Amino acid sequence: MTEPLDHPAARALAERHRLRPWEAIPWLLALGFYFAFPKHLGFGTELLVTVLFALSLDLVLGYAGIVTLGQAAFFGAGAYTVGILAKQGIWTEPITGLILAALVAAAVGLGSGLVLLRTQGLTLLMLTLCTMALLEEAANLAHDYTGGFDGLDSLPIAPLLGRFEFNPLYPTTQYLYVLVVLFVCFVFVRTLVYSPFGQSLRGIRENMLRMHAVGAPVRGRLVLCYTLSAAIAGIAGGIWAQANAYVNLGTLGLDRAATVLIILVLGGHGRLYGAFIGAVAYMVLSHFLAKIYPTAWQLGLGLLLVVIALFARNGILGIVAALGRRPAPRATS
Amino acid sequence: MSAPLLETRALCRNFGALAAARDIDFRLEAGARHALIGPNGAGKTTFVNLLTGVVQPTTGAILMKGRDITGVAQAERVKLGIARTFQINRLFRRLSVLENVYIAVAERVGAAPSMFRPAGVRRDVVDESMQLLETLKLSGDAARRISELPYGRQRLVELAIALALRPEVLLLDEPAAGVPSAESHIILDAIDGLPRDIGVLIIDHDMDLVFRFAERITVMVSGAVFATGSPREIAADTEVRAVYLGRTGHG
Amino acid sequence: MIAGVDIASMLLGGVAAGMVLFIVSVGLSVTMGLMGFVNLAHGGFAMLGGYAIALAMKHWGFGFVSALVFGFVVTAAASAVLERLLYARLYGADELDQVLFTIGLVFMIIASVTLLIGPENQPLALPSFLRGQINLGIIQYRAYSVVLIAIGIVIVGALWLGFERTRLGAQIRAAVDNRRMAESLGINIARLFTITFAFGSGMAALGGGLGAEFLGLDPQYALKYLVYFLIVVAVGGLGRVTGVFYAALLIGVLDFALKKYVPQGGTAFIYALTILLLLWRPQGLFGAKAT
Repeated sequence: MTEPLDHPAARALAERHRLRPWEAIPWLLALGFYFAFPKHLGFGTELLVTVLFALSLDLVLGYAGIVTLGQAAFFGAGAYTVGILAKQGIWTEPITGLILAALVAAAVGLGSGLVLLRTQGLTLLMLTLCTMALLEEAANLAHDYTGGFDGLDSLPIAPLLGRFEFNPLYPTTQYLYVLVVLFVCFVFVRTLVYSPFGQSLRGIRENMLRMHAVGAPVRGRLVLCYTLSAAIAGIAGGIWAQANAYVNLGTLGLDRAATVLIILVLGGHGRLYGAFIGAVAYMVLSHFLAKIYPTAWQLGLGLLLVVIALFARNGILGIVAALGRRPAPRATS
Repeated sequence: MSAPLLETRALCRNFGALAAARDIDFRLEAGARHALIGPNGAGKTTFVNLLTGVVQPTTGAILMKGRDITGVAQAERVKLGIARTFQINRLFRRLSVLENVYIAVAERVGAAPSMFRPAGVRRDVVDESMQLLETLKLSGDAARRISELPYGRQRLVELAIALALRPEVLLLDEPAAGVPSAESHIILDAIDGLPRDIGVLIIDHDMDLVFRFAERITVMVSGAVFATGSPREIAADTEVRAVYLGRTGHG
Repeated sequence: MIAGVDIASMLLGGVAAGMVLFIVSVGLSVTMGLMGFVNLAHGGFAMLGGYAIALAMKHWGFGFVSALVFGFVVTAAASAVLERLLYARLYGADELDQVLFTIGLVFMIIASVTLLIGPENQPLALPSFLRGQINLGIIQYRAYSVVLIAIGIVIVGALWLGFERTRLGAQIRAAVDNRRMAESLGINIARLFTITFAFGSGMAALGGGLGAEFLGLDPQYALKYLVYFLIVVAVGGLGRVTGVFYAALLIGVLDFALKKYVPQGGTAFIYALTILLLLWRPQGLFGAKAT
């Protein structure tokens, strides 16, 4: 009998989690950016936070197949946790503040996930929208704590590790801080995605009925995935609030939720690095075009979405993968 | 007398005014090779859906080894040892053949909840999946996506997934449907090679397959059991002929 | 103390608002129930229709009623073209693709309107016979709202008759309940989709025009009210005309009353209520339960 692991397919599966050399590139680029563009670190920080937020969506949309327009609910939950605690003077330490943001967002994710994930399709989509809208309204109503429409500004955030100040004019600390947090979260997501748990999420995405028929506890897995994704989105929101020393209702809005969806799809969902590519592509384009020609930007963005939906549903990474498949057939995963 | 492996008592299922299952008493013993035949719309797939928990009965009971499992959820029944294939493939289309089987094996051995170690570290799961593919002559396609395979080969993967669950009860809903005749022997060989102690129920229209495989045949018509017996008894039964075998083409 | 006049006034206002919601949303409900397609661009069609009606009256001298007909026809035709060329390619597609496509489409619609016409609110001049008040016995109320209620009742009646009594209606109902079986009965599903989609968009256009007095008409209309249309459709049940009707009335009255008496938190209440309703009955109040 042949050794099963001699088979290329088995080897590919057994080794697919191994680090490839090119996976260092995004991090090297990010570090390089720090040294090459010291005047644009504000933009860079915003970009890294966006990557983190899109990564959280990828876990739940790209891998588990849950179509949600309400991911900003968790972003905002994390942001407001940091904001309210800081503004009220209760808690200003950044790292533990992030942990608290993650916990609050995870709680929102768990609570909403337990009830929402009983449904599917349009009903689920509606419920994610309504949950987020409900949170936004609640934040608006509780304006004594949340600052209502104006939000909370000039949040006092304690220096990182007691030494590195968050200076709004020179966001060097913010940039490196977000980069480290993004790295840690990315390692977590990458591990998860290549684990048997991550494999079962893909199974749920591809054919939920079949997963039931192989004995998988589908709803439990989905709720767990949703909660973890919410936690990461909460970290993104919390760190956004810390970096900007500011939080407002926009963190909970449909605009933010729709934008992160567009970013992820543009880069390529379910491919781990789509969040990076999509965020860079979108934010660079939007930085140059959106402010100058906002209406033309919206038109172009709409056209891009239509084209993606019709012809390039796997985004930029999907196109790259398709080009790579042309010359010789390769094992894909 | 010990309890049968799988049993239903007066099982009924109504969809509004439609009685899809009427008062079904059924027994499947360990080691059984049982075929379920009947005209289209007879309720055979509904019966399998009832057995596996996809659909809840309106009245009646389902027992496994004497234990009442009527209220047990579908995923739980898989853990108890009931596996099925679907009439139309239900596969993970964008994943590779190996991954499809891996998922099933991982669920069975309890590897699936693992979140922090890579899937490939579970060499035992990978090995077992590959071995199963070998038995079904699928190892050449192991790396290919389901969507790239012809329908007949996909059907083999459907069977592989069910086998990966190492069930005690195996329910096959038209396992050879869509498989080109040049390859159907692979399915038949796989069914012949099933462990003797598991109980197998096959739904099919292919009479050659049915009579070759079955030691016992149940005929269903309009949701109810019409006749049960050995292949010879069924083949000789004139009423069965009239109601089912007498129809031209696929009944 | 809430007097009888206040209640009547609240009910009339709420029902009128509900009628607008109904007229816009009924097309969305039927196409989603029939085609299983998540069409987030529906608000865009309502908006386009509203603009067509307003501009026809303002620049091309159309009367109110003829402008309504014009808006219906133009929007129905345009949407039929879009359906055949683009929507039809995505019928079997993932829900995500449908969401992306329709969001992209509505972005394009909003941007086009802003570029071609401008970002300001587009006033729609009501004909003189619809302005002013009507005496209803216990109360003097805005004539336009009363007329809207009457129109809504006529429309729901006509739609009900159309679904129950005509062959086309029967075909649509059959296809909504079980598409595969309808196909095997020889019903031309593609043609059915196009007709239903066009009709639904035309209805939305009517709603956009008729409701401009309350909801306004600016480029943001398409997204501003989308959540409300979706809520009405989801709560009413996909493909159920009567369901959408009752859901629209419910939401309309609730929203109107809450805005008046509990201006803070009215919207939050509606979202919370929707969540609870959909959790209790995911198929909507009147939708068919999946077996």
